Amino acid sequence: MRFVDEYRDAGKARTLAAQIAALCEPGRAYKFMEVCGGHTHTIYKHGLEDYLPEAVTLVHGPGCPVCVIPMGRVDDAVHIAEQPDVIMTSFGDMMRVPGGNGSFLDAKARGADIRMVYSPLDALKIARENPARRVVFMAIGFETTAPSTAMTVLRAAAEGIGNFSVFCNHVTIIPAIKAILDSPDLRLDGFVGPGHVSAVIGCRPYGFIARDYGKPLVVAGFEPLDVLHTVYRILLQLAGGRAEVENQYARVVPWEGNPKALGVINQVMEPRPYFEWRGLGFISHSALRMGERYAAFDAERIFQIPGGRVADPKACQCGEVLKGVLKPWECKVFGTACTPETPIGTCMVSSEGACAAYYNFGRFSRERVKEATHR
Amino acid sequence: MNDEEDSSLREGTTTRESLREGTTTRETGPGTRDPGVTALPGREGTDSGVTALPGRTERGPRGSAAPGREQEVLERIERVRRRKARVREDRITLAHGAGGKATHTLIEAVFLEAFRNPLLEPLEDGAVVDGLAFTTDSYVVTPLFFPGGDIGDLAVNGTVNDLAMCGARPRYLSAAFIVEEGFPVADLRRITASMAAAARAAEVWIVTGDTKVVENGKADGCYITTSGVGTVERPIRLSAAAARPGDVVIVSGPIGEHGVTVMLARGELDIQADLASDTAPLNTLTGRLLDACGDGQVRCLRDATRGGVATVVNEIAVASKVAVVLEEDAIPVCPAVRGACELLGIDPLYVACEGRMVAVVAQRSAEAALAALRSHPLGSEAAVIGRIGDDPPGLVLLKTSFGGTRIVDLLVGDPLPRIC
Repeated sequence: MRFVDEYRDAGKARTLAAQIAALCEPGRAYKFMEVCGGHTHTIYKHGLEDYLPEAVTLVHGPGCPVCVIPMGRVDDAVHIAEQPDVIMTSFGDMMRVPGGNGSFLDAKARGADIRMVYSPLDALKIARENPARRVVFMAIGFETTAPSTAMTVLRAAAEGIGNFSVFCNHVTIIPAIKAILDSPDLRLDGFVGPGHVSAVIGCRPYGFIARDYGKPLVVAGFEPLDVLHTVYRILLQLAGGRAEVENQYARVVPWEGNPKALGVINQVMEPRPYFEWRGLGFISHSALRMGERYAAFDAERIFQIPGGRVADPKACQCGEVLKGVLKPWECKVFGTACTPETPIGTCMVSSEGACAAYYNFGRFSRERVKEATHR
Repeated sequence: MNDEEDSSLREGTTTRESLREGTTTRETGPGTRDPGVTALPGREGTDSGVTALPGRTERGPRGSAAPGREQEVLERIERVRRRKARVREDRITLAHGAGGKATHTLIEAVFLEAFRNPLLEPLEDGAVVDGLAFTTDSYVVTPLFFPGGDIGDLAVNGTVNDLAMCGARPRYLSAAFIVEEGFPVADLRRITASMAAAARAAEVWIVTGDTKVVENGKADGCYITTSGVGTVERPIRLSAAAARPGDVVIVSGPIGEHGVTVMLARGELDIQADLASDTAPLNTLTGRLLDACGDGQVRCLRDATRGGVATVVNEIAVASKVAVVLEEDAIPVCPAVRGACELLGIDPLYVACEGRMVAVVAQRSAEAALAALRSHPLGSEAAVIGRIGDDPPGLVLLKTSFGGTRIVDLLVGDPLPRIC
């Protein structure tokens, strides 16, 4: 397939792998965080770690939008979904995320009308077709998905569709990265920067990571060669004693981002003073809510939501996993009480979560898998 | 709390029950038996591999500071995975019908628990007794009509295929209809015409049936259940538990076409593709394959319906206690399916087919099997996609086109499109 196969070439991967190995200083261990869940997915889907030397470890960061929604917000969403005349609409990967009172799938089984959509515009279409019902869109995601939510609200306003609203859970990436950088037990040497988010916010906002924290960040594409190439470029910076923001994904990400998309977000939404992240706790200015001008489309104002906070289970060590302090298997409940069928923490919830990815794809030692596949 | 939970407690892990109370205290429940033993009758032996991972205790994943400890954790997980199935939900969710882990749990914990007998226990596509193969399947699909077929074709072909996978010649079918009040009679005629045509093609008769009408809103148009009887005319015993190390895994054609076609036919995605369902009766194809290979050379046949090829090979890996190693490059996927799956973030290995099967065949009959399949129009693109190994037992591994390796596990529920 064009524009895909070129970025999955095993021969080029071997060349890059050799270059990566050559860049590693003997005796030094490197930990890089891929911030975005899409990268985690790529790494596991293609078995990319087989190309990395022992010394390089990839840490799976907080960039899976489904995983970071706190349980209290899921409960609020389920509460809205169970109100009379409501049709709740949601992306597929949100359906199984558990709150304190079950997931959307559980609420659907109890009788709530919850429908899977592929875009907020699908939710608006449902509102248009069901004028007697109140249609709510469960908005999640980083700056990647926020523009389409904002555009949908603008269209709803233009068309005068009054039975549509948004339960806004959009989060912003920079405060989360900053929270990780400020963590006292940080052990990261560099970042594989998010690709799609950067297509919106551009590369400039990452400047402080290189400048103030001395860590390289390379914005990366989502094909496996992109990720390998990015690891190579981070190592190249470290070898040269540099810490800079670089853009490996220039075929999609403009350095300045997408001002139009940012403009739409700012027109419709405003920053929240603080927002809770599952596993990371409260982070100030890390999320968006509907602005005053579009209050009529704000589900938080239309519905009485409980707004309760559900503490992450004590034994859950997602925070440590997200910060790269613990590996998934080092968590007390990993794989026993907490599994993809019965997730306790954020990292096990979606296939992009660090723990779910490790559970599904990496549960067996790489040596054992290699031996089995090369016999 | 049952016995199986105790094993993890004694190893210092935390259970969900104790989590809810916010504690991690060790509880001592009744029956602190050996952690490796479960009480599930008929599954003895599945646990034998639990403590026996000889020679592997020292091997931790690369970059690990404490390989021994990680190995302990991984072994503990395997023990937990072998626990008796338990349905934790209070109500049925859609995941229970998706063919993945949730479905398996439901079948084992509810249906098998209630109906247990030696014929049901192997959970094959059908039961074989006294030279007869017997199977049943219900069909619910939205939309009812889609490119390449409709619910009628599916209802006949699906049951015909389940019989064919038992190595049987399909003979007689029953058809039961649950129809919603208000359903157009013209649509029902269209569906029955497809069923009649599919039955003719598969050389089966529909010899008995039933009709129920439910109130408007209580069914999605029309549901069909078909049961089938076939005759096993060869001295063979096909079973998901019969795969042996060294065998090859063959798929009869490009995968995922039915699932993607139906997904696109729902019209929820703005994706256009020139695709049609692969629904087809496979009985003449299996006949040709079995004729070409000697007795016992074909170990297992499975049609890759709900849950796709990934689910079928996982079932074989678990039932036969073998490893399955697949080659991504060798798996036939047509460009339209591959493109749609890339866009949606879905793995075609998990997408349903209605006219494709997976065959496990002894190495020395691999060429004969492939030639036989390719000589049939429904098997012209058959390919060897992997082989059976011995370690790690119960696991499916994939050598990716990119040159890496990964595990192909059962999904919990439906493959859900990704947003990020």
